[in-house]
Amino acid sequence: MSAETQAPVALELREVRGPSATGGGRRRFFDLLWLISATEFKKSFHGTAFGYLWSLMRPLMLFAVLLVVFTRIFKFDVPNYPVLLLLNLVVFGLFQEGTGAGVGSVLAQEGIVRKTQFPRLVIPLSSVMVAFFTMSLNLIAVFAFILIYGVDPKWTWLLLPVILLLVFILTCAVSLLLSALNVRFRDVAVIWVVIAQVLFYATPIIYPFEFIEAGVLRDLLIANPLTLIFEQARVWIIDPGAPSALDVAGSWVAVLPATAIYIATCVLGVWVFKREAPKIAERL
Amino acid sequence: MAVETSQDGPASTRGRDFDAEPVVIEARGVSKSFRLSVNKVNSLKELVTTFSQSDYKELRALQEVSFDVRRGEFFGIVGRNGSGKSTLLKVLASIYAADAGTVRMAGRLAPFIELGVGFNPELTARENVELNGVMMGLERREARGRLGAVLEFAELEEFVDMKLKNYSSGMLVRLAFSVMIQSDAEILLIDEVLAVGDAAFQQKCADVFHEMRDSERTVILVTHDMGAVEHYCHRAMLLHDGEVKAVGDPGEVARKYLRLNFESAPSSGGDSLGEVADIVVEDAWLEDDSGARVTNVEKGKDLHFCAQLEAKRDVEGPTFGFSLANADDVEVTGFGVAPDDLPQRVVAGQRLKIRAKVENRLAPGRYIVRCWIHRNQNIANLVLYSPHVLDFVVFGKGEPGVAFFDREVRLELEGGEG
Repeated sequence: MSAETQAPVALELREVRGPSATGGGRRRFFDLLWLISATEFKKSFHGTAFGYLWSLMRPLMLFAVLLVVFTRIFKFDVPNYPVLLLLNLVVFGLFQEGTGAGVGSVLAQEGIVRKTQFPRLVIPLSSVMVAFFTMSLNLIAVFAFILIYGVDPKWTWLLLPVILLLVFILTCAVSLLLSALNVRFRDVAVIWVVIAQVLFYATPIIYPFEFIEAGVLRDLLIANPLTLIFEQARVWIIDPGAPSALDVAGSWVAVLPATAIYIATCVLGVWVFKREAPKIAERL
Repeated sequence: MAVETSQDGPASTRGRDFDAEPVVIEARGVSKSFRLSVNKVNSLKELVTTFSQSDYKELRALQEVSFDVRRGEFFGIVGRNGSGKSTLLKVLASIYAADAGTVRMAGRLAPFIELGVGFNPELTARENVELNGVMMGLERREARGRLGAVLEFAELEEFVDMKLKNYSSGMLVRLAFSVMIQSDAEILLIDEVLAVGDAAFQQKCADVFHEMRDSERTVILVTHDMGAVEHYCHRAMLLHDGEVKAVGDPGEVARKYLRLNFESAPSSGGDSLGEVADIVVEDAWLEDDSGARVTNVEKGKDLHFCAQLEAKRDVEGPTFGFSLANADDVEVTGFGVAPDDLPQRVVAGQRLKIRAKVENRLAPGRYIVRCWIHRNQNIANLVLYSPHVLDFVVFGKGEPGVAFFDREVRLELEGGEG
């Protein structure tokens, strides 16, 4: 540059808006989300061929134990119970593992949050993505089992993505809420382990819905959005004769509480995370 | 203390005229406070069991900070611990949100303030370079394309598929620094980068910094190291208690920083804390054989240490001692003013200059000079202890241990087939 006295060429200055949930450009956001999810997922295989088998072991072991308990000891008489149980376990695994990893994710990535300008939203979302990848792989095994077991393929299988999307969105929302709260209150992660366990039993995973008699317990179960999602999955994938989500609830009006809870959770999760995101670095 | 701004003449910008360059960073009235609760509520349980939450202390980390940085400038931010300089850097980097004021920027900013923070130890260098590139704002393909150049600069080509957890700390630093300089970022924010790596790599970094000084890239360097400030920066800014105390010529800012530091160094001359010591170190520096100020010394070259002192009050029988400590806080050697040279007394306002020539057997690395002043020729009567009057780097081929000595080593083989 010459030192002649010329007026400085003014460059366009953009305001720095500080940290946010998504800051730093859309492409960078999705690149980071994909890259971090994919590498974390790869890491979960420990770089070995056995890695995948190990990740499949957990739901399969649980499945085997529950199957023995409920067919040999409690003698459930439910059509296609083994494959229903397996499907439920794997899909609920997305929620359980996604939120379980999501709740502590922001705290675990302290270095990145405190030392880099990083779209905070990527952190809990990538935890859910990893759980989603794991579940997708497990679903391949599930469908192999379903076919071997003798359940005929149906066109409603194509509706599976609707089920997965509903569970995925709820898992993201809960992870956002919990990961943001966990920065403020470090015992949220501990409490969530208990609540997730309660939700596991408060959703018809290991038992079929129709075993629950009408009453307060049944009303509570209907208010759980996961109940309706899992019952609909049962109709679409395993047993067209099973009660659909609408049948389970009894009427359109009875679907409303679960729908309201679902939407409220999503709104709350996004709202809390967005509100907390700019302050996360200071609170760590 | 008033804000003093020195002239931005060509002298201070060392031959480059930045008046013709556009402003790329503009900060106006940036303030940031932290609420530190006396009993911090860290869990839901405590929230329920703690009744009063009103015990907050307000820490004002930044107060109305305003400055401009022009394109291509190497801009230093100095200040003591807690002066707000790291907070300012985090506000610039969008890690913290400012409470008030605006920051505006033109150009792509490197989003890191520390080397290697985005690294994942479980991943290989290849994967980490891509991840880091994307964090820097590159497209994934671009980031992969940089791999070769990054590894070449870091001299780590053979370790491309090794997981970072198996890297030595020196290798990590080299990789991190290399990723940073190979990014396209036009504005770099660097927090104390010079304090890492071995002496040989520090030298390489120093070369890159010199290149950056003369490039279009804008660099903001936050450091304690006045040597680095004087060496690299075109301009510098002194922060103290969150306020801008001075902006301008790096040498002048560095001297103000040192003065500020020594004025508030603990003095046992008076009992009350914060009192100015009876003798203060105004300035301390190293010179080379020709008498020019230097910040780095080549291995084996004599150290010419100089210090400028001023007596604030009369002191009887003063003694002056210095020691050199390495980066591990080990005191390697020390020296003092010979008894014959010591004055009977110094009077208020008197200035003293100390010059010491010290044979340099120091192993390459970073060293800190400490200073002790006593009265009545009695080490029980401390006038001043300053743990950090100066730091410098000895560069050259690495040596085991803290010092090296001339040696002659021979090997003779006896017996065998002969």
